[in-house]
Amino acid sequence: MSKNWPLWEVFIRAKNGLSHRHAGSVHAADPRMALEAARDTYTRRMEGVSLWVVPSASIVASDPGDSGELFEPAADKIYRHPTFYSIPENVKNI
Amino acid sequence: MYTTELRDKSQKQAAPITAPEDPARLAAFEARVAADDFIEPKDWMPAAYRKTLVRQISQHAHSEIVGMLPEGNWITRAPSLRRKAVLLAKVQDEGGHGLYLYAAAETLGTSREEMIEALHSGRAKYSTIFNYPTLTWADIGAIGWLVDGAAIMNQVPLQRTSYGPYARAMVRVCKEESFHQRQGYEIMMVLAAGTAPQKRMAQDALNRWWWPSIMMFGPPDENSPNTAQSIRWRIKRETNDELRQKFIDVTVPQAEAIGLAIPDPDLKWNEARDSYDYGAVDWEEFYAVVRGEGPVAKERMQARVKAWEDGAWVREAATAHAAKRETREAAE
Repeated sequence: MSKNWPLWEVFIRAKNGLSHRHAGSVHAADPRMALEAARDTYTRRMEGVSLWVVPSASIVASDPGDSGELFEPAADKIYRHPTFYSIPENVKNI
Repeated sequence: MYTTELRDKSQKQAAPITAPEDPARLAAFEARVAADDFIEPKDWMPAAYRKTLVRQISQHAHSEIVGMLPEGNWITRAPSLRRKAVLLAKVQDEGGHGLYLYAAAETLGTSREEMIEALHSGRAKYSTIFNYPTLTWADIGAIGWLVDGAAIMNQVPLQRTSYGPYARAMVRVCKEESFHQRQGYEIMMVLAAGTAPQKRMAQDALNRWWWPSIMMFGPPDENSPNTAQSIRWRIKRETNDELRQKFIDVTVPQAEAIGLAIPDPDLKWNEARDSYDYGAVDWEEFYAVVRGEGPVAKERMQARVKAWEDGAWVREAATAHAAKRETREAAE
């Protein structure tokens, strides 16, 4: 650094029953400070009931350049969707 | 709060956007933004797009942070506990907005330290509006009403700006900012309905803040050479003059509603345009303030640098504490 505090990603659970969702990031020297900074920065208006902070350096992200091979194969597998199958109209509850 | 893209003339001339880019990637990028797709941090983007965004987002962040100063100095003098609590919450919000924006700019490859250094050394700009002094309590009302009002006008379209992290920061900022404008208007409303000296104070604040607020939208379109590029890249969604006109059209009736007069003798409703015509803006004043000649520009930067330097020992202590804790945990 000593001046550069690490970056942390902040995730907020808006209310119980929902998953945590990415809200933004903060700089902090340690985990406790990261939580406190996340609280002050991202939850001033009852935005949540639970916080996660994760060191940004620990996140492994996919490369947009790979998104073709990663995600496009799904496009030609439309039989994974229910609308692929035609069912007579008089057949119900399916 | 908000800043538009600010540069003085020397910087404008020194910014030719001619870097050779891979034409295929550039075409794919142009097609994506034209289709209103969002660009995310790891996506390929032209160097000029990245540079424009770093400049615009960091200026915006600096404006939020410097914007805490003119209002912060009124917290202890706010006339009631309610007003103190409100102003404290507003100033805290501005700090938060600065942090969202610094974080958004950092996703483009700059660092917090670089941005802060650029601000403190005077290389980075921030909104010209904060280089005017806050002389009376009514100025706090005028800032909330006009300055935050202009900011909202600018920021609402930026919620759909093409760079994802910037757009998301703007969504959060806009959600929080509408109380800022309303509390300011309420201050003005109460003063305007008060004693004769109170009403005079409100009118005086409006007189001093009106033109600087109009200038917040940046230079007229014909002197804003990069506007076309920024609009094509969906960084900006509306031009400076379009936003300025919208702001004037909504604000004039608000002033009339509380019996205050807009200090522009040429202001006149234009039936044909369905808008107000307004008088000439003193752009020389604007460029002087951009150059750092605003009435309290030096004081603002001194206060910023002092806060940063006075806080150095806290940053060092936190770093030392974290290092000590890590060593202890490793030993266990």
